Amino acid sequence: MSRIFVAGLGAVSPAGWKVAALREALEQAELLPAQSLERPGWEDPFRARLVPNPAVRPEFLAHPRLRRASPITHYVVAAALEAMAGLLAKPDPKRRLGLVVCLQCGCVNYSCRFFEETLKDPATASPLLFPETVYAAPTSHVAAFLGNVSLANSLVGDPATFLQGISLGVQWLEENRVDACLVIGAEEINWILADALWHLERPAILTAGAGAVTLCRDPESSMGVELAAITDAHSYSTRNTRTQAARAMREQLGAPALPVNAELLCDGVGNSPRADAPELAAWRDWTGPRLSPKRILGEGLMAAAAWQCVAACNAVAGGRFTAATVSLVGSNQQAIGARFVRADSSISHLSPGNSPGNIRP
Amino acid sequence: MLFPATIPSQAPRVVITGAGIITALGRGWKPNAEGFRAGRTAFRPVSLFDVSRQRAKLAAEVDLPVALPPTRLTAKQTARLDRAASLLLLSACEAWQQSGWEPTENLPLVLGTTAGGMSFGEAYFRQALQTPRRHRHQPTRAVHYQPQVQAQMVLDALGSTGPITIVSNACASGSNAIGHAWELIRYGQAERALAGGYDALCGMVFSGFDALQALSTTVCRPFDARRDGLALGEGAAVLALETLESARRRGAVILGELIGYGSAIDRHHLTQPHPQGETTLAVMKQACAIAGVTPGDIDYVNAHGTGTVLNDSSEAFAISQWAGPHAATLPVSSTKASIGHLLGAAGAVEAVICLMALREQWLPPELAFETPDPACHFPVVHQSQDARVKVALSNSFGFGGVNATVIFRRWA
Repeated sequence: MSRIFVAGLGAVSPAGWKVAALREALEQAELLPAQSLERPGWEDPFRARLVPNPAVRPEFLAHPRLRRASPITHYVVAAALEAMAGLLAKPDPKRRLGLVVCLQCGCVNYSCRFFEETLKDPATASPLLFPETVYAAPTSHVAAFLGNVSLANSLVGDPATFLQGISLGVQWLEENRVDACLVIGAEEINWILADALWHLERPAILTAGAGAVTLCRDPESSMGVELAAITDAHSYSTRNTRTQAARAMREQLGAPALPVNAELLCDGVGNSPRADAPELAAWRDWTGPRLSPKRILGEGLMAAAAWQCVAACNAVAGGRFTAATVSLVGSNQQAIGARFVRADSSISHLSPGNSPGNIRP
Repeated sequence: MLFPATIPSQAPRVVITGAGIITALGRGWKPNAEGFRAGRTAFRPVSLFDVSRQRAKLAAEVDLPVALPPTRLTAKQTARLDRAASLLLLSACEAWQQSGWEPTENLPLVLGTTAGGMSFGEAYFRQALQTPRRHRHQPTRAVHYQPQVQAQMVLDALGSTGPITIVSNACASGSNAIGHAWELIRYGQAERALAGGYDALCGMVFSGFDALQALSTTVCRPFDARRDGLALGEGAAVLALETLESARRRGAVILGELIGYGSAIDRHHLTQPHPQGETTLAVMKQACAIAGVTPGDIDYVNAHGTGTVLNDSSEAFAISQWAGPHAATLPVSSTKASIGHLLGAAGAVEAVICLMALREQWLPPELAFETPDPACHFPVVHQSQDARVKVALSNSFGFGGVNATVIFRRWA
């Protein structure tokens, strides 16, 4: 078994275009203001938390592949660059980079624009838009921008898929197929997505952005955070409800091995009582510090899952906690949890085939 | 635990014990094998949506059965399956029955798709635009549009549960899904896995390829010097993968062995391959290295071969480079000439075609092929023929640049 370290973090969120902005917003713990999002056919607009324009136009927008790309690609590239900053500061032409981009809804802006054009008259629908509608478009653009990506995958699923993405990156590292792996979760916003969320979780406020985690095997490249565990993917089915899956994930992570204030729980609880109930029930006995980014930022789908991991790693890297647990109870697929620890801490990994009593001091 | 995981000291051999396929040539192994062996084509005027304002008018539509086979899904669940999910379910049921597996609690399902439940997405968008205050069906559409929900329906139908992974690397998705499942088994995360790909024809995607002028307005002729584009199709294929040890323990019928997988990303352009097929060459080499074979060991290449000018010249260049002196005698064909480009299903369907060729010892021809592209230094199979096929290789490439190669060996 290899040790897997976190080499960098990146974030674009309604709080701003850096991890620091995300951290400040979460520390202030005040709801970010929501903006209006026009809803065709309705007088009342949706409320959504939009990503603010960056203070300075990012230089990467001059790249030929990014000029026409949709907002989700801009978020992905910005988060990737921030998460890669440490490695990019130590250029290595031989470095093989893996890339996993996780999405739940993906490129909704260009998809809707293209389909609307198709409905009006397919003979005049823009050929420039169509390639940007595919799930793999942001992956392709960021791979072209970074240049040294050798292996890439786009994964689609509910937000817990972000930890599947981390797991895939770990697998590539352990098999020595890449030297570092960038895992990104991202979403963009438009009225149709807000409409769908309104139908499914009315109290939720939609938001967008991206979160990125760079993984590596080299402790020298670490930002002081190490991956300790990722649970199995506890899938939902007619026989395994979200509540049961969340509980199984919680049980697999086991009880905290640290003093009560040394470990942070970074959960996916938002402002939707019905959707949040299984996760709240699974962590009912948690008495330590707890961070719920969605309560402040909004429902960012896959991006929100990535922000949870970024916030957890950032809290450990900043020395505020020795460990941080991430709980991802996805909307319609699976529940997965993970634990990140300070790289110099004495906390060991959960053993393979873990049972709740398997945490070693 | 996904991490830390217990990694086997030696990766197990992985065999295929079930294969389900549905294309415009028919439902199941037999009609497809007969059709591909004969080089039949399945294109007809599009009836699923209006193409009167499109350049291309033909596609390879599947005739879905009036009723789906009985499964563990309730009538209500079955009613929520759209065209794509129905294709997926049909192929999964065939693979499941052939494998002889029993319902289980931890069966990974890895699927590739480009559009998932796009028909739900299209219907949702139309209704939201045209009658925004009408909400009937919208919540169901918003949920069942998502491919992971369609995948979960398949596991429910089979009475099983397990982790679901949806790979969406555009038209390489099917091959990547099979490759990913293969790696899960070799990595020790599972002893068995279901893997495949699916996509149904839909107006938006047809319109997209038509807008790009990528669709042929004549005949889909991969690797022909006069080719003028691809033809779209729809379908699904699912493979039951398991360790050789597991298959032997059960006394299962083995359809073939998956021995190699390569994947990499071509950063040249979002939709155009590198003109010399650099990444294609790399993934073919990578898959061969893992499989422990050389180009001289390969008896048939099922090419990505879309029929577009840029794809086929790039792939032909790469295959010719990779095969070197063996190219002159290496049979290559693209079965997209028969059933069209199945997008996220393509790699999985073509994997099953490779298994058919390995099991039944024939090569699938492109009957419309006449004049080879100058970049083809290999013979394109253009007549129905029996052949000795021990190892077959399949290529798949997607928008965004992901290239994938899988290699299968005959089990005899």
